Amino acid sequence: MSDKLLEIKNLTINYTTEDGVVNAVNGIDFDLKEGETLGLVGETGAGKTTTALGIMRLVPNPPGKVISGEILFEGKDLLKESEDDMRAIRGNFVSMIFQDPMTSLNPVMTVGEQIAEVIELHQNVTKSEAWEKAKEMLELVGIPGPRVVDYPHQFSGGMKQRVIIAISLACNPKLLIADEPTTALDVTIQAQVLDLMNELKEKFKTAMVMITHDLGVVAQVCDKVAIMYAGEIVESGNLVDIYENTSHPYTHGLFGSIPNLDEDIERLNPIKGLMPDPTNLPTGCKFHPRCPHAQALCKEKAPVTTTLNSGHRVKCLAYEGLIKAPALTGNKEVG
Amino acid sequence: MAASVKVEDKQVETNRESKKRSQWAEIWRRLKKNKMAMFGLAIISIIVLSAVFADFIADYDTVVIKQNLGDRLQGPSAKYWLGTDEFGRDIFARMVHGARVSLKVGILAVGIAVVIGGSLGSIAGYYGGKLDNIIMRIMDVFLAVPSILLAIAIVSALGPSLTNLMLAISISSVPSYARIVRSSVLSIKDQEFIEAAKAIGASDKRIILRHIIPNSLAPVIVQGTLGVAGAILSTAGLSFIGMGIQPPAPEWGSMLSGGRQYLRYAWHVTTFPGLAIMITILALNLLGDGLRDALDPRLKQ
Repeated sequence: MSDKLLEIKNLTINYTTEDGVVNAVNGIDFDLKEGETLGLVGETGAGKTTTALGIMRLVPNPPGKVISGEILFEGKDLLKESEDDMRAIRGNFVSMIFQDPMTSLNPVMTVGEQIAEVIELHQNVTKSEAWEKAKEMLELVGIPGPRVVDYPHQFSGGMKQRVIIAISLACNPKLLIADEPTTALDVTIQAQVLDLMNELKEKFKTAMVMITHDLGVVAQVCDKVAIMYAGEIVESGNLVDIYENTSHPYTHGLFGSIPNLDEDIERLNPIKGLMPDPTNLPTGCKFHPRCPHAQALCKEKAPVTTTLNSGHRVKCLAYEGLIKAPALTGNKEVG
Repeated sequence: MAASVKVEDKQVETNRESKKRSQWAEIWRRLKKNKMAMFGLAIISIIVLSAVFADFIADYDTVVIKQNLGDRLQGPSAKYWLGTDEFGRDIFARMVHGARVSLKVGILAVGIAVVIGGSLGSIAGYYGGKLDNIIMRIMDVFLAVPSILLAIAIVSALGPSLTNLMLAISISSVPSYARIVRSSVLSIKDQEFIEAAKAIGASDKRIILRHIIPNSLAPVIVQGTLGVAGAILSTAGLSFIGMGIQPPAPEWGSMLSGGRQYLRYAWHVTTFPGLAIMITILALNLLGDGLRDALDPRLKQ
């Protein structure tokens, strides 16, 4: 399909450390159309941020290294671009919002200078034009224009994140990667920032990869979801696929650990165990040590991606028909 | 959303005045609170002003270097405020002109050292790896030689002159600036805003010049202020042993050196230049300490 804006094929990224090789991202595939939003969900350490940095080609090297795969952006493989071309792409066609608004702004530059910087870098404009544009962008994210001369420490966390959104959208990028943009904010500000992002995304028709561990955020913002576990995408699909026809035991576990308002329970129901050590991943299915449906075969055979219906993909032996787990697959068609 | 923006709008209007303050204004405000630092700054201002307007205070050719043996080694009086030296020259006039040399050497030598050391340190810190190792090991070699000895060696190799003196002092203090800048670059380059700058497509040069260096200036400013004091002291020291400014040009160190054989009969010949050196250095150190406190964000109220 040619209308795919971003297509990632078999991306593998490793970090080589003294303790061994960290398999951060292990052969993931996903794609994104123009204007679409993908939610990348997973626990801490599942490889979400590394995937995002991989797309930007900002994986710190050393120790990080992209082992294999392709990142096709508008048909061009970003992994094959030169560093100069890549610099022209970053901030202009693909931009990124970082997790912590408190530390993502340079403390000794005014916010106006920082917004103007990205405009000057990528658009052929004079300093004063860039400054005017910076002012407009600031107003667009709901901060009064005269505040362009203020320094980051004069803003609250939520307003800093708005400034960062202004920076990332200043050049009207085609793809925005948001790495947990609301994690550092409190819930009311979170809602405001998400609303703003949604609004601006519609306005600029920007595609977005939203990295989060909050399934509520995903339901509010995203069109598609990919669930990551230990560097793999274990389940992906649209909102209905994931929320209504949850298939992978890990996704079940994630939903199971969210407290339900209608039920009165004493304790939360977390997934047992911890994320596996990424330097020493389990054999077979990476999730089998924690999986309530695990069987002997799970330890030996790594599952491949099974397509359940158009777009809903899952990586579990039960759906390949290799093991029997009626509690999981129910009476759904398997095979 | 709309409501929240309005509230912020209102706050902005009321807080406009206080919010206009930039980081440097904030530092200046904290520095002003420190009485010792302001005392140091006042003294330095007086010395700088007298150096700048030295020609109005005393003429160089007719007063400062012209020998007047009839009036030699006179004590302080209404005519000669601080007395005269062994050639009958007005010590006050020579001290004022000597301040020019001391300040020029001090500031320029530190300036050169900061620029060279700062660039080497930021390159070493930012790129790391082999480049870092090569640069810093060369700096270590320089550090292994005591700086005054290195300066003496450079001056004796190049011959004594004002330029060579400045060069010698700056080269011998390059390694310390390189180390300071390198260490602060190391702590800044891993911060998220540097990554964010990379993510908007900024080049390495731009990141170093616009993002890293402005953030690592604070320790350099402090070290630079203290370094000016050190450079003035080195100039005086080198002139004292005859390797700096050559007579008859006035310089605090060479004035000390010239007067030391008359110490028993004419105390003022050595005392006043010595006091000038001491007060200048004290003032610079007070200012440097004050700046260190003012620039330290942990002391922010």
